Amino acid sequence: MAFLDSLTANLPKLLDGAVTTLELTGLGALIAAVVAPGLALMRAGGPKAAQLALRVYISFTRGTPLLAQLFLVFYGSGQFRAELTSLGLWGFFRDPFNCAVLVFAINSCAYQTEILRGGIQAVAPGEIEAARAIGMSRAQVLRRVTFPHAYRIAWPALGNEIILLMKASALASIVTVFDLMGRTRQIFSRSFEFSVYFQAAVLYLLITICFVFLWRLAERRLSRHMAAPGRS
Amino acid sequence: MVDLFSYGPLGWGDEILAGLWVTMRLALVTLPVGLLLGFAVAALSLSRSPIFRAMGAGYTTLMRGLPEILTLFIVYNGLGLVLNQLMTLIAPAAGPVEFPPFAAGVIALALVFGAFAAEVLRGAFQAVPEGQIMAGRAIGMGPRKIFWRIKLPLLWRYALPGLGNLWLNLLKDTALVSVIALDDLMRATKVAVGVTKQPFTFYLVACLIYWLMCLGSELVLARLERRANRGLRRA
Repeated sequence: MAFLDSLTANLPKLLDGAVTTLELTGLGALIAAVVAPGLALMRAGGPKAAQLALRVYISFTRGTPLLAQLFLVFYGSGQFRAELTSLGLWGFFRDPFNCAVLVFAINSCAYQTEILRGGIQAVAPGEIEAARAIGMSRAQVLRRVTFPHAYRIAWPALGNEIILLMKASALASIVTVFDLMGRTRQIFSRSFEFSVYFQAAVLYLLITICFVFLWRLAERRLSRHMAAPGRS
Repeated sequence: MVDLFSYGPLGWGDEILAGLWVTMRLALVTLPVGLLLGFAVAALSLSRSPIFRAMGAGYTTLMRGLPEILTLFIVYNGLGLVLNQLMTLIAPAAGPVEFPPFAAGVIALALVFGAFAAEVLRGAFQAVPEGQIMAGRAIGMGPRKIFWRIKLPLLWRYALPGLGNLWLNLLKDTALVSVIALDDLMRATKVAVGVTKQPFTFYLVACLIYWLMCLGSELVLARLERRANRGLRRA
């Protein structure tokens, strides 16, 4: 029962770290989710120049390690300290938590844009024609037909993306954010107690399991009109 | 600006290239190890025994659910602890030793790659049409011939896109080993930043190098896919 004793001793710190992990992931994914629908529309059928710019952005984000992006923003901002100070932004970039959220949002936005673009392009053209035929405006078609359907198609892939982001958020510990991974490394470096890594592993898996459960519930709600009668 | 990246004692070009070489070696050594592991785990998942199947499913779920950096620390520190305990048993006078970071990097990255590859391979294996195997049997092929001439080429065709994505992920994940003191591209960049105090310039160059590697890989993968799909009629 040594494992349980050590778990109860470490738990307050680990849980504190887990909250930070959830904050990092939640904020990053949420900011990305606000921006991604607009970008996905542009990527699916915007002006040529905008499409090209988006393709470069997405290719760069997906073709470079998240750690390198994090270092580029967190350490790289130091090279422009004078300029950032005069803009009043230095306080923002000095905090590793802010940099991590910014990088996660930029990164996740690239992935979410691609996923949503796939969803938008998978909406059957007949549905959009039908909506136009009964006199819906462009905005109405987007709000009532395109996006509800695109989100339902993209929902499982979006869930995967958020889980990947949650796992990747452990990288924030390398720029000294005390998330779950950061707390784990702190405890290990003080006590050399190896089991703390396994405790962290259990917590990460628990977060994933809870998220998958909630995401499935939401998916069922999104497609409730398709469920067989008598089932929720 | 150009001087910073020149070759020789004044510039950082040679150090960064040396780091790039470590990154490429790490990825290229991990690939076959991870693929073998992936085949083994896929075989477990496709086995008739429910115990083996549960082992395969447990492994892929666990490894895909943990952050890569956590796996890396568990492998690096865990193997280090085991190695030191073994050393105190065998040669107590030798003092503490460090597990080689390159080997730890290969093991950790291969463990992760293997879990994802197992899922790709399992899906590809299940996609091989039954009729093709029956046709092979009908013209008198033995099970081994069917495997080499029918199952494996089809497996390759179905699995290639998924494995290509995993290769790109592997290439990017190698950046993590810089935190266990392996002198890869990322760490060489960090050293250069420490001296020159130009973090943005150097990390941007590192990003561009990774990007080029990924774009190059995508070109090669597209060729491989075209080759794997030769003879396939397109609608």
